[in-house]
Amino acid sequence: MMSTMKRIYMDHSATTEVDPLVLDSMLPYFTEKFGNASSLHSFGQEAIEALSAARQQVADSIGAKANEIIFTSGGTESDNLAIRGVLAKKKNDTSRSQHIITSMIEHPAVLSTCSFLESIGYEVTYVPVDSEGVLDLDKLERSVRDDTSIISIMHANNEIGTIQPVKDIARIARDKDVYFHTDAVQSFGKIPVDVNEMGVDMLSISSHKIHGPKGAGVLYVREGTELEPFIFGGGHEQGLRPGTENIPGIVGLGKAMSLAKERLGHDPEHMLRLRDSLIDRIFDSLDDVRLNGHPTQRLPNNVNLSFRYVEGESLLMLLDVKGIAISTASACSSISKKESHVLSSIGLNADYIHGTIRISLGKDNTIEETDHVVQSLQESVGKLREMSAISKS
Amino acid sequence: MYSRKVIEEFTDPKNVGVIEDADGVGETGSTVDGDIITIYIKVKDEVLEDVRFKTFGCVVAISTSTMVTQLAKGKKIDEALKITNKDVIDALGGLPEDKRRCSGFALAALHKAIEDYKERGTA
Repeated sequence: MMSTMKRIYMDHSATTEVDPLVLDSMLPYFTEKFGNASSLHSFGQEAIEALSAARQQVADSIGAKANEIIFTSGGTESDNLAIRGVLAKKKNDTSRSQHIITSMIEHPAVLSTCSFLESIGYEVTYVPVDSEGVLDLDKLERSVRDDTSIISIMHANNEIGTIQPVKDIARIARDKDVYFHTDAVQSFGKIPVDVNEMGVDMLSISSHKIHGPKGAGVLYVREGTELEPFIFGGGHEQGLRPGTENIPGIVGLGKAMSLAKERLGHDPEHMLRLRDSLIDRIFDSLDDVRLNGHPTQRLPNNVNLSFRYVEGESLLMLLDVKGIAISTASACSSISKKESHVLSSIGLNADYIHGTIRISLGKDNTIEETDHVVQSLQESVGKLREMSAISKS
Repeated sequence: MYSRKVIEEFTDPKNVGVIEDADGVGETGSTVDGDIITIYIKVKDEVLEDVRFKTFGCVVAISTSTMVTQLAKGKKIDEALKITNKDVIDALGGLPEDKRRCSGFALAALHKAIEDYKERGTA
């Protein structure tokens, strides 16, 4: 059904295609340079060299030192390692081990980690956000306790694209002598990410969101930050992430991060132009639409819209039939309609909450593609509203 | 993940609309649930001469709505009441296990519309 149709991919916050340059950089490490970096022979040497080069590329891309880079399997593992690693290290320090601060709109990688930690006795404060998804800094500051171990607040939200004031959060964390971790999975490559500029102690990045391969990620750990691993084995990655290194994945990740950093002056500007043009034209062509998230403090590639009188999944499927790939935050399951915790947290009305979609642009999307998306949205929303039992007419 | 038949019915649903002079109307769901289904029936000699729907909801809500109207249309009322949720799902070529929550709403709306018709008759 799809074979003759040119498909349009606008779900880059879910994942991205591997850049051909990234793929080329990886290929030798599957075959002729397949060595284990722990081996002393020349095969191992090749792997070590690749690992060091990638580590340097990653460090350079975020203003870090090479010894502050821990390779992981991706964003979820990095978030887990940051939060659980700090708590595990502080477990014998009874004055500093009980409390975690995060936000109500974190990615499940952080929220589910926190709810697990609650189940084994830790306490978590979930700081609210305003109607545009911006963290309440006063509440954050007031929620810091003597026994707070870590603050984990995302750099930019994966659903609504709102960018958090990380520098202010870092200042609060530093004043109170609490570690600050940020999940930069959505922001890296879209807006500047510099660990010193931001003032973070730990930062997570995922490779497959930035045209790198799946299964590779980074946890930046500022020198002097004390962590304990949560999986055990050999001494890889300073003992924090044991297991034979995924050399092809890590090489691809390093290349993808270098490329993203190089293109920072160009790609985000292109995506921003497409984003704003898309938003303007959708508002011009349809009524009863709202843009979720902050109007300007948002990722250049994020468009999150709610259409009244239509349901998000239905809209997604109609667009998919037209060859357009986007996503929806709420999912219908056998037990309940699962509402997005992010949309609930910004106080979005039930009338709108079910009709929400996320369009996430990529560097290679074109203005012609956005024309097609605007037209298809107009048709599909119109069709669903005709059918809807709750249209305003 | 949806069957070809579900996608076909969803993208080109039959019997969409309102029957202005309906003999019975039934509604299920709420905006909080994220699904609202309204079914309209026109009855002649105890036969469902016309069955139409208006649905706000997900792919399952819409495809089951159109399927219920298609299965019920032309049937006698007592026969239409024998349509089961399984009949609807089978006619759609199956539904994913985790997407069946909304599958009964359309049939429930049809039952309410028939109830409404019967109440009007006795009034």
